[in-house]
Amino acid sequence: MNAAPDVPAKDAQDERLEPRLQGALREMLTSNWLVTVAALLLALIVSGVLIAAADEDVHTTASYLFARPTDFLSAVWNSVWHAYVALFQGAIVDPTASTFAKAVRPLTETMTWSVPLILAGLGLAVGFRAGLFNIGAQGQIILGAVFGGYIGFAFGLPPVLHLLLAIIAAALGGAIWAGIAGFLKARTGANEVIVTIMLNNIAVYLVAYLLTTTAFKREGSNNPQSPPIDSTAIYPRLLGDDFRLHAGFLLAIVATVFVWWLMDRSTLGFQFRAVGANPSAARTAGININRIYLLVMITSGALAGLAGSAQVLGTEKVLTAGVAASFGFDAITVALLGRSKPLGTFLAGLLFGALRAGGFAMQSRTGTPIDIVLVVQSLVVLFIAAPPLVRAVFRLPSPGRRQQISPTPAPVTKEAAA
Amino acid sequence: MKNIVRAAALGGAVALALAACGSAPEESGSTGGSDNASSDFKACMVSDAGGFEDKSFNQSGAEGLDRAGDELGVQVVKVESSAETDFAPNVDQLVAQDCNLIIGVGFLLADALTDAASANPDIEFALVDSAFNEDSDNAKPLLFNTQEAAYLAGYVAAGTSTTGTVATFGGISIPSVTIFMDGFADGVAKYNEDNGADVQVLGWDKEAQTGSFTGDFDDQTKGQNLAKGFIDQGADVIMPVAGPVGLGAAAAAKEAGNVSIVGVDADWYETSPDYSDIILTSVMKEIGQAVYDTVSEAADGSFSSDPYVGTLENEGIGIAPFHDFDSTVPDEVKTAVGDLQAQIISGDLVVESPSQN
Repeated sequence: MNAAPDVPAKDAQDERLEPRLQGALREMLTSNWLVTVAALLLALIVSGVLIAAADEDVHTTASYLFARPTDFLSAVWNSVWHAYVALFQGAIVDPTASTFAKAVRPLTETMTWSVPLILAGLGLAVGFRAGLFNIGAQGQIILGAVFGGYIGFAFGLPPVLHLLLAIIAAALGGAIWAGIAGFLKARTGANEVIVTIMLNNIAVYLVAYLLTTTAFKREGSNNPQSPPIDSTAIYPRLLGDDFRLHAGFLLAIVATVFVWWLMDRSTLGFQFRAVGANPSAARTAGININRIYLLVMITSGALAGLAGSAQVLGTEKVLTAGVAASFGFDAITVALLGRSKPLGTFLAGLLFGALRAGGFAMQSRTGTPIDIVLVVQSLVVLFIAAPPLVRAVFRLPSPGRRQQISPTPAPVTKEAAA
Repeated sequence: MKNIVRAAALGGAVALALAACGSAPEESGSTGGSDNASSDFKACMVSDAGGFEDKSFNQSGAEGLDRAGDELGVQVVKVESSAETDFAPNVDQLVAQDCNLIIGVGFLLADALTDAASANPDIEFALVDSAFNEDSDNAKPLLFNTQEAAYLAGYVAAGTSTTGTVATFGGISIPSVTIFMDGFADGVAKYNEDNGADVQVLGWDKEAQTGSFTGDFDDQTKGQNLAKGFIDQGADVIMPVAGPVGLGAAAAAKEAGNVSIVGVDADWYETSPDYSDIILTSVMKEIGQAVYDTVSEAADGSFSSDPYVGTLENEGIGIAPFHDFDSTVPDEVKTAVGDLQAQIISGDLVVESPSQN
């Protein structure tokens, strides 16, 4: 209402950037699951080439390739095979381990790593489907961790209440941080991509600053590290103290169901999607899109804040400047790979959790640089963003052509071709 | 255009083919270069988020470990962490791989290593730059009284400055960085006290524990800009405590002329030959040696949980020779530094820092 006067100016600005971004977004979201699998496969193949290229034995044997090519080929095979075997053993199950607990530990690690990825990924997915390209999960996770962590170590409260309060605070922290971007978008039309990226930087320095203040610093230490979180505010371990898997995983499942209900069953979710599909049409239909922008960002940020709680109250049990690792950025990949659907995001989060968990075994057992895992992730997104490339490589039919064959009458295609 | 591409591709292919024409090594002696380990002892190391090529303490630690691998014949495993969340899983992996000794680089690993040390009493642990959260028979901290060497460097800097202004800055405000800056500021203060001078220190206030930081250990441009700012304010000796970022400061100093640099961690005269003519001295911190000694003791079975503390006395820290500046540094400053060093070693003079463990 009060934003009405500046709407035309804003639209003129957005017209250039927005459709292109949204077009790219839509392209990624509508690619079918076969393309997703193919992209993953292709990413593993290309990464295999890189693993081989980085391997020392491959270098030595390549120098006498023509004298004894078998050495070279077996070195290539060994490096790639061993790296991927270690990846599997570090992520799913390790048959070489001495005890059963150690053998299944990798799977629980995968689940532990997936918790922040799923939660933040769900948050971003909500935004993507509403047409908001929220890149700010990193900052929102950090703020969630700061809020949740502070409640966790500074207040002495009874067990269940303490944890609940810390979780709510974490969600609130993320919601506030994302809400800033949503508010600016709704009020002034500020592009959420730019605002959220900048808020990431502010969050990084904010947590670094807070950890130098007496309120956040561990007593008797000059290191930028919070006191350990009270045991009353820690997510209960699901499988005993030998495993890091914590109740945050259950929260991730609940959040997945909630997002499904929100987006596919509730009126609010319908409005989110309507705004995402076509903001102008949604406005014409009587939806207050500025209110929706704000609500979408708050929901998105709250979920990312929960991801922060999983880190600080679950896995790490302490607040440091690096508590968010690169989860906020990986979550973008997770949401895109999951095509912004709740179940898809959940599965993509598990997959990326597995890549993370397996990466450690790959590095320590075969000396493969852990950066390769990052390369696999990045390649997955790259290929998903370019479906025609993947289709060309695997000779998959393009969806456009399939449509032309079945529902549209033949003459139309001819006319179009002419 | 197409022809050029083709020619280039052909040329590349020929080059590759020629490179691949070497003769195959004899089957017998070629079990691979990395298997020259003669010992069953497995020494492992986890980096902090900087990685092993940080031109700073992770790298020094890794060099010490590699040297132990070469000279003592122990098996070596190194894993890098890309973020703080990687520490615990990396330590887990090393435990699972039956490492005999696990060394963590940096205070951030204290939590992960303390947990692992209490869970695995039969594995030995060492931690660079920090104490463990709780003492344990299998946990050895490797600490450095870096402030002692920085104190001497501060004294020299104040004694050589012609403008009466010196400066220091850090990468990130963490104890292993600010400990240098504390010592440096105290050394300057000592010079002022002894000589009735009034040399100013820019970039660090020891009392308030605040000062100038670039915010990371990567971006050399930031170091260059910060150093330029100090030079504009009249500083003619600068000590950058920021790993490779310090090279940016060296570039700014070289451009300005008449400005010298105090290196950190290693003797920059040797490690940064491009700037050797402007390196006044360096505050050296022998992390590599400490790691090497620890591995060597552990491999002999003489591991002890007593903290290793690098001091001027045991040469775990020290200041580098003046090299090209030997004639510039006044003789009375050299004598005074010698005296101070003797006093610190004898315990008559204690250089304190809140960042000391």
